[in-house]
Amino acid sequence: MAFYDGIFNTLGLRNWCGEGASEAPMSMADLLAKSSGEATKEEFFPFPSLDNLSESCAGIIQSRDVTKGIENGFLAAKPGLKTVLDPITQPLSWLLDGALWVFATTPWFIMVPILVAISWWASRSKPVTIFVFAAIMLMGLVDHYDVAMQTLSIIFVCTGISILLGVPIGIAMSKSDRLQRSVVPILDLLQTLPTFVYLIPLIFLFSVTESKLYGIAIILYAIVPVVRLTDLGIRLVDQDVIEAANAFGMNSRQKLIGVELPLALPNIMAGINQTIMMSLAMVVIASLVSAPGLGVNVLRGIRNLELGVGIVAGIGIVLLAVILDRVSKAALTRVDMTRVKH
Amino acid sequence: MTQEPKVRLRDLYKIFGAKDKEVLHHVKAGMSKEELLVDHRHVLGLQDINVDMQAGEITVVMGLSGSGKSTLIRHLNRLIEPTAGEILIDGVDVMGLSETGLRDIRQEKMSMVFQKFALLPHRTVLQNAGMALAVRGVDAATIDTEARKWLDRVGLQGFENHYPAQLSGGMQQRVGIARALTANTDIMLMDEAFSALDPLIRTDMQNLLLELQDELHKTIIFITHDLDEALKLADHLVILKDGAVVQQGEPQGILMNPSDPYIEDFVSDINRARVLRVKSVMEPLNGKKFAGDVAIGDNLESLIARSEGDTTLHYRVMDGDTPVGELHMKDLVKALVPRLSSTHTE
Ligand SMILES: Nc1ncnc2c1ncn2[C@@H]1O[C@H](COP(=O)(O)OP(=O)(O)OP(=O)(O)O)[C@@H](O)[C@H]1O
Ligand SMILES: [Mg+2]
Repeated sequence: MAFYDGIFNTLGLRNWCGEGASEAPMSMADLLAKSSGEATKEEFFPFPSLDNLSESCAGIIQSRDVTKGIENGFLAAKPGLKTVLDPITQPLSWLLDGALWVFATTPWFIMVPILVAISWWASRSKPVTIFVFAAIMLMGLVDHYDVAMQTLSIIFVCTGISILLGVPIGIAMSKSDRLQRSVVPILDLLQTLPTFVYLIPLIFLFSVTESKLYGIAIILYAIVPVVRLTDLGIRLVDQDVIEAANAFGMNSRQKLIGVELPLALPNIMAGINQTIMMSLAMVVIASLVSAPGLGVNVLRGIRNLELGVGIVAGIGIVLLAVILDRVSKAALTRVDMTRVKH
Repeated sequence: MTQEPKVRLRDLYKIFGAKDKEVLHHVKAGMSKEELLVDHRHVLGLQDINVDMQAGEITVVMGLSGSGKSTLIRHLNRLIEPTAGEILIDGVDVMGLSETGLRDIRQEKMSMVFQKFALLPHRTVLQNAGMALAVRGVDAATIDTEARKWLDRVGLQGFENHYPAQLSGGMQQRVGIARALTANTDIMLMDEAFSALDPLIRTDMQNLLLELQDELHKTIIFITHDLDEALKLADHLVILKDGAVVQQGEPQGILMNPSDPYIEDFVSDINRARVLRVKSVMEPLNGKKFAGDVAIGDNLESLIARSEGDTTLHYRVMDGDTPVGELHMKDLVKALVPRLSSTHTE
């Protein structure tokens, strides 16, 4: 005799419910109770949850039907989604695999100078460049060079794609209030969604052996700041300068390339800096879904309680983070300098 | 002044707000700016503007803050769309132009100098000066020589490779002027171009502008809220109040015959001796004994200095080499006292 029987009887729904709940599969709670060998305790006033209601009325679904339904829905939509998404996202897999291959096969005595040269070119700062060199050598010293390069190659690819997609989206948003109003909630969602939750629909859609699975997760997470700050940067461009551009008869392309983007550049660079940092954060989490790199070692540290492995990998991540942050920040201040050079 | 005016504003109205066309008839029926704002939540920008701007002249538009000066000048290149009326440039109605047509006249016919300079901060002085030509797609070598020429002309040789932020305000505005001159357009629009500069530099810039104008004879539309500046520069003076023209004409004439208490107030505390010129107080030539010759463009201050305050003297007025009139020091002294309407004197 379940608690809610009386209610269904008085509402006259007994017929609709069908006789007794006995034929219905056991609810999750019952199952648990049974397996642990305890007798089901009647609560005084159980929460009117689906499971409790269905005990009184077989016509009402159980909670596990809901999860089942969602799963079935996903599975049903999967072939359709896959035929659309697979070809679009396939290049991402190639890019990621290619970058991983390049970083892995280039000998360290070539790779390290290249990375140092890139940091010098971007930052034009001696301390930053020296730090980059020292940090990479240190990681190599404890045999973490390979994993660090894997992480770095994934970040390069994902940040590159985020910029390639994010900047145009940001530009379009800055030109259209309507677009901005519809994109901002999506960005908010992407930013507030816990990182693990991203992975769930992606695991359904793509197989864990495909690199694009983690690639998409990283890009979705990391693209947000560059989009936001491109939009903001262009909207914040000095209206007097825009007016001058109009008064001298610039067309919208000349205005965008000659005025708006250069003046928005410091903001866009700040966005890129954040995008890089968020890629790094996500690439670690993405090791749950087979992303290679330092994250794998962290995961090993957690899973096998190998404290040392986890901590060394963690320090490697911190070093990478500092490198990426310093270099991109130095580049940012450099572009800012050309604006107000005293 | 029989030639066709270079720029002509006909029955121009501007109302800021979403339903500007619908409330226009209220304004035409005489509703005031305050009433329009309170009753209909629309801001009256300009009303019933009819101004002719002659080629080769400096037309100064003057008025207090909020009187609609910037709004007016931005109509000439349609940075602001009018609610009603015509804007004719060389007889062509700007309102009838397509987007490309509009861009063409902005590139070819008009250049603009801004109160806050509005230079491109990421470009050098040279690149800023050449901006208008670059927009037109002129080749780099020509841009370079033209930009250098005008930068030299405004006194900025040696600063070509600096960035705007490295220059003082006065120098930045020189770049702004060089940019407009490099564009080589007939019409120059200057919105409070000198208002952000300190008084000494400002006088410098005014002199520079007059000097350039002597040579180039551009059609300049100059906005200011400063009467001294207006009187110094203007060939034609337009005084705006609450978006309407209260008086326009030759500046000396406005000074001598203000048509409205608002303008009397305006003109009452300026240094008339410095602003008024011989031309405005001279009489037809009558042949007396003269103490000497004076030029028609001299200001009265220089005459007072010359006569050493002797009010009995008479001077012959010369326009170049021809005598055109005579000037009695007594008239000069009388002209120094502002004429006040009855409301002020009694
Ligand atoms: N975009 C706009 N929307 C609503 N009202 C406006 C707008 N632009 C100007 N106005 C109004 O139009 C009037 C004239 O403004 P305008 O900027 O032309 O004045 P101004 O004479 O140039 O003043 P200032 O000397 O301060 O520059 C003001 O009352 C202002 O509030
Ligand atoms: Mg103004």
